[in-house]
Amino acid sequence: MPRYSEQVVSYIPHLRRYARALMGNDVLAADDLVQDCLERALSRMHLWRKGSNLRAWLFTIMHNLYANNMRKLSNAPQFVEMEMESSILYHEEDAGQELEIRDMQQAIAKLTPDQREVLLLVTLEGLQYREVAKILGMPEGTVMSKLSRARNRLRTIMHMEKPKRLTRVK
Amino acid sequence: MSHHIPVTHADLQAYVDGQLGAERQREVESYLQQNPDTSTMVEDLLRINKEIHKAYDPVLDEPLPEQLVIRQRKPSAGLLDVAAAICWMMLGGVIGWQFSSMMVTTAPADTLTAHLVKPAAFAHVVYTPEVRHPVEVSGDEQEHMVKWLSKRLKTTLRIPDLRSHGFELVGGRLLPSTDRMAAQFMYQREDGVRITLYNRHGGWGDEQTSFQYTKQNNTAVFYWIDGPLGFALVGNLDKLELFKLSETVYQQLN
Repeated sequence: MPRYSEQVVSYIPHLRRYARALMGNDVLAADDLVQDCLERALSRMHLWRKGSNLRAWLFTIMHNLYANNMRKLSNAPQFVEMEMESSILYHEEDAGQELEIRDMQQAIAKLTPDQREVLLLVTLEGLQYREVAKILGMPEGTVMSKLSRARNRLRTIMHMEKPKRLTRVK
Repeated sequence: MSHHIPVTHADLQAYVDGQLGAERQREVESYLQQNPDTSTMVEDLLRINKEIHKAYDPVLDEPLPEQLVIRQRKPSAGLLDVAAAICWMMLGGVIGWQFSSMMVTTAPADTLTAHLVKPAAFAHVVYTPEVRHPVEVSGDEQEHMVKWLSKRLKTTLRIPDLRSHGFELVGGRLLPSTDRMAAQFMYQREDGVRITLYNRHGGWGDEQTSFQYTKQNNTAVFYWIDGPLGFALVGNLDKLELFKLSETVYQQLN
């Protein structure tokens, strides 16, 4: 059993990175998500089949939690405005940080939640399409089309926003 | 050069993601050499991959929380937990809550994190930046406030005097906590620094714990249980300073 929790712990940095990207670079929410994920993973360790892919299992748990959160948030429209307000308020401070990175972070935030998940699992985590399909519970073809759409969207966003930013800078 | 199988969009994606077999990869490569438009698109996609890594890989190297703990038991997730979770998500980014609350201890620590530390830190970041409405009842009405809050929390609250540390009472407010009510007292120093003392009555049996400390980014919390009351002193101060304040609070309440 300790082996299991040790293994789980070894994935924490990856879970955190993924969560951070998923939650729009929101450290607090991201670590909350990771924490919930770890709790669930540990409380359900008896459900994990030894020898199966622990990493995929952890990402599956995280996906389920994230999807639930998203559903709840979308049922609570009155929260949306405040969320935006607070992120605007608190992001102003880092306005001087590397523009490229922030461009990418903002662009990712504009994707739909499922596009974001597919994109990040594939690019950031380097998972096979097949694994991503299993984690997200969708056919591989759907993964491919969501991935493609996510990338098209990013390309559009990045190209559209670059010139605007340049004019503002000078 | 001819291609036996036409290169599809799916091939290009898989190429970008390094998920093609060696042979197919070579075919795609030679296709790209002859199709500059597609090649530009693929370069964009590769650049996007790279930028995503650049933006988020630093997280991998962030130190993990000091006390890396794996919670043994999870408190039942009721509606209030859900609401709290949503609030946390909304406020996220305000303070980077980095895992200090995480891992290895027993159930009480778990309870304390969920019902004392998090709500206290949350209330701190919500109310201390307020300019016009930091408190519900001002410190001038201390006597009234303490009576009122004691009544609502069904206990006897006392308001510590922290003037020896240069902190004046701003006032206090009643708060909904996870599953019951809590009270927050706010203090301010001349330089504008504010600290809050969070009081919660009950929920952990009648016990006593030592001071415990956790910190996220600049927000530090000392918390402890004293009989039926749980306290959390929250501030953007260094550990020693906050500890001294906690000691004073503790002494005055005993």
